[in-house]
Order: sequence, then structure tokens, then C-alpha cells
Amino acid sequence: MSVHSKLEKFEDNWHTSMGGWSPEGKAVLRGKDIFTELNDKPWMEYLLYAATGKESPKVSRLIEAIWVICTSFPDPRIWNNRVAALAGTARSTGALAAAGVVAVSEATIYGLKPIKGALDFFLRAQKKIDQGDSLERVVKEELKQFRSVYGYGRPVVNNDERIKPMMEFARSIDCGNGRYVRLAFEIERYLSGTRLKYKMNGGAICAALLADEGITPTDIYHMATYTFTAGAMPCYIDAQQQPEGSFFPLRTSRLNYRGVEEVRHWNS
Amino acid sequence: MTDKPTETITTEIWRETPEADNPFAAKDCFCAGYNVYDDLLKNASFIDYLFLLFKLEPPNTQQSVLLEGLAIALANPGPRDHSVRAAMSAGVGGSTHPSALIAALSVGAGNLGGAREVFHAVEYWRHCNTSLEAWQQYIKHPPQEGRADVWMPMEHLPGFDPNGVSCPTPVQQTLTYLATVSKTPCLGWLEKNRRQLEALAECPLAFSGIAAAALFDLDFSPEQAEMFYLLIRLPGAAVHALEQEKLGWRKYPFFADGFKLNP
Repeated sequence: MSVHSKLEKFEDNWHTSMGGWSPEGKAVLRGKDIFTELNDKPWMEYLLYAATGKESPKVSRLIEAIWVICTSFPDPRIWNNRVAALAGTARSTGALAAAGVVAVSEATIYGLKPIKGALDFFLRAQKKIDQGDSLERVVKEELKQFRSVYGYGRPVVNNDERIKPMMEFARSIDCGNGRYVRLAFEIERYLSGTRLKYKMNGGAICAALLADEGITPTDIYHMATYTFTAGAMPCYIDAQQQPEGSFFPLRTSRLNYRGVEEVRHWNS
Repeated sequence: MTDKPTETITTEIWRETPEADNPFAAKDCFCAGYNVYDDLLKNASFIDYLFLLFKLEPPNTQQSVLLEGLAIALANPGPRDHSVRAAMSAGVGGSTHPSALIAALSVGAGNLGGAREVFHAVEYWRHCNTSLEAWQQYIKHPPQEGRADVWMPMEHLPGFDPNGVSCPTPVQQTLTYLATVSKTPCLGWLEKNRRQLEALAECPLAFSGIAAAALFDLDFSPEQAEMFYLLIRLPGAAVHALEQEKLGWRKYPFFADGFKLNP
């Protein structure tokens, strides 16, 4: 029988330059020997190299600070952390809690979508401004097309307490003076004066700082995937150490039912 | 005591009354007005209850038969499917059982044969319905994302298999059966126009395409269809993971010779 499938040539045949392990005891990442060329790298530098192929102690340090200052609050009310706390109170495992947290962190009102989206927006906006468009028109167009601007506005409160300490740290390592950071603040100045009164959020400042260091939307997405775990694990541990089921229990009256009022009978 | 109103969960799906001795335990639970444990438990089939949960109305006979058939067709994608392989990878390594299902969901969520493909395919049905001309135009000018998203853009027409050669027998059998028993517009149209659509897609129809047509006929939104597809394929992932857990990693492909690291 003749074979027509496009998949045939890939059968038992995976070629990669990304890296791997050999039974002879060699381990390689993106062409570098892990035991001799990467062995003394801090973990964040290793992750940066693994996820982006970039080698930069400065960018790695900046990302590490972002993870500490902006994305690791151990508050179990924040929705991704709440998954960890619920896993703890329901006596699930820490790894399952973390898996849930990472997946849920790919959110729209916080987390991965705004982080990636803000960086993408800054690149697109700067390009349009460089081509002669006005900042006001670029932002208005974004709002018209998507009804939001990633990086601006925040659930629960509008101000973002993370921006000041993040900028202070960034300046301490000679970051924070680039065009995208300036653009981020200019957009905030414009938006906060509109009817929406949006302010910049932590995601925007992180995106702008990293855009100035040459990080792309895809890079930031791959790096930020793991960014929330240090805030989530304490929520899991805390709930797991307190009485089972005690994390914000709900009585039946906490359901605000808005559906069919009458009692219906199946097949009747 | 504060005057602040108590925070509540707003729902159209579920109502509960409390037990007299415990406000944290439900006495009666109502789904869309039906008493779950005093009525549905005795009188409804599982698939009808599933329909009720999504649509808040009971299915008619044809809808019930259609969803039941679709559920059987999708319940086990088989051990070569990407999502089931993910679950078995958990199994052979002795990972926790929930991790097998998390793995299956993570992989079975995607644009290739996964739930995101069904999401997009239902959007195509919404846009094109049963107009071949509309399909032609939409395929020629597919919707574009205006800004970056966490999902990758589709690399093929949703609902079709870019690696396929001809429409596989199980896909044809499922389409024929579902179109016949349901007599719904999109499935019937898809059965009649499958070859034309395959020619436009330049690849054969896939199960995800049938699922999208069926769920669109059942008035599922793209989001509802995505969720249904995710959960209905888990039984296969579960049992294959359990089976491979018992057999162990030595009896499972490691692709020792297939892995080639470029110099």
C-alpha cells in the first residue's frame, strides 16, 4: 500500500536544535552544554536562555524583580491564588494547585493576556507614532477596535501601587529610561484625562520595561507563564494547614438565583 | 455587623434550599427549576441532564439522540490522539490521576483536533451557516486577530485535518449517523457538501468539524461547544492513563532512536 500521509516522514523522526539528553550523560540546551557552559547560571538566567535564547544578566535580574514586586502577592482572594487556596482547603496536592494556578493565570482581566497584550500594544503604538500618527488617535483606535487597552485599568482599584517600587528598582539597574516606558506614561496621561480615567497597571510597566530591553510579546508570554507560582504556593500551604473546608465557606443563601422561578417536573 | 450587603454568587443554573440544621448543606437542589435529586435523578438520562445544564431547557428527542451520539463518538479519541497520549504520559510516569486529566485537557484544548478548533469551527458555522458561497469567501478571507493573543492563529481550516489524506471511515460513519437521526440543518448540509468543503479546505473533515456542526445545530455558542468538547473526551484519556499506569513506562514508546539533536 502506498503511503500518502504528510506525517510519514516524521514517524520516529524528531529533529531539534532546542536541546535534550543523551544516555551517554550529555545534556544540552540551545546548543550549550548544561554541565560545562550553563552550570553556573542563576535559574532565572537559565530560564531566560531556555525560553528566549537570550543571555542577559540585566534582563534576567529585571524579570526576577518583576516576579517579586509585581506578580507574587500571596493573597488568596486574587483569582489564580484562590485556586491554590481552594486546592489546599479541599486537600488536593501542591502540584495540582500549581497546575491550576498556572492555567488560570492566562486570564483577561489580569495575568498573561494583559502582560503579553500590553507589550504587543506598545510595539504597535510606537510603530504607528513613528509613522506620524498621534498618540491620541492610536489609543482611540485601540479602544474603538477592542473596547479596552491592555495595560490600562485594573479590577477592584484603579491605582497601581506596584509602579513606583518597580520603577525604583528598574532605575537601580539602569533600566526605565527607554522609549517604551516613556510611551507607557504618556498613554496613562492621556487615558487618565478621558472619561474612562484609566491608569496604568503593573502589567503595563513590566511590559514597557521589558520592551525597552528588546523582549518580544512571545518572549514575555513564555517567561511570565511561571511568574505567579511564588504567590500561589503560600496560599495553598496556608489553606492546607487550616481546618479542611474552612477557606471562605458558602452557605446556601449565598447563591443569588436568577433563573426559572417555578418548580418544573421532568417529562411532564 | 456591617450594613454592607453579603457578597453572593449570581446564577441562572442552580438554586438550593438549606437543611434545617445546617445552612452550609443543601436540602433541595434545583437545576433550571428541576429538582435534581428528587426528579432528575429518577427520570432524566445523563445526556439529557448534560443538555439541561448547558441550555437550561430539556432537549427534545432529536436533540437528545444527537447529543448522545456525539458523546459516544467523542468519548474516546483513542490512544494515538494527542490528548490521550498526554494522559498516558502521566500514567506511565506514575503521576497523579488528576494530572492525567489536566494533561489531557491542556493538550486537547488546542487548535489541532482540540477544543479551540471546535470553538473556531462553530464561529465559522455562525458566519457561513449553510451557504457554500459564504464558506468560500470566509475561507479565502479568514478572520484576523487584530492584536496578540495567548492562542496561536489557526494554521488550517477549523474542523478539518491538515494532516489527513481522505475522510476517515469513523468520521464518515459518525456524520452519516448524526445527520440521519438528528435531521438538523447544518449536519445534513455538511453531509451533502462535505466533498466541496474538503476541496476548499484542501484537507478532509475531522471529528472536530462534526462536533462543531452538531453543537451549532444544538444552539451551543462557540464557548459552550469548546467546553462540551473538552469534557466529553475525558473518559478515553482517563481509562488509557489507568491502563498505561499498570503497564509502566517500559512498555510505552520512549522514541529512543527517533530523537535527533542537531549539532
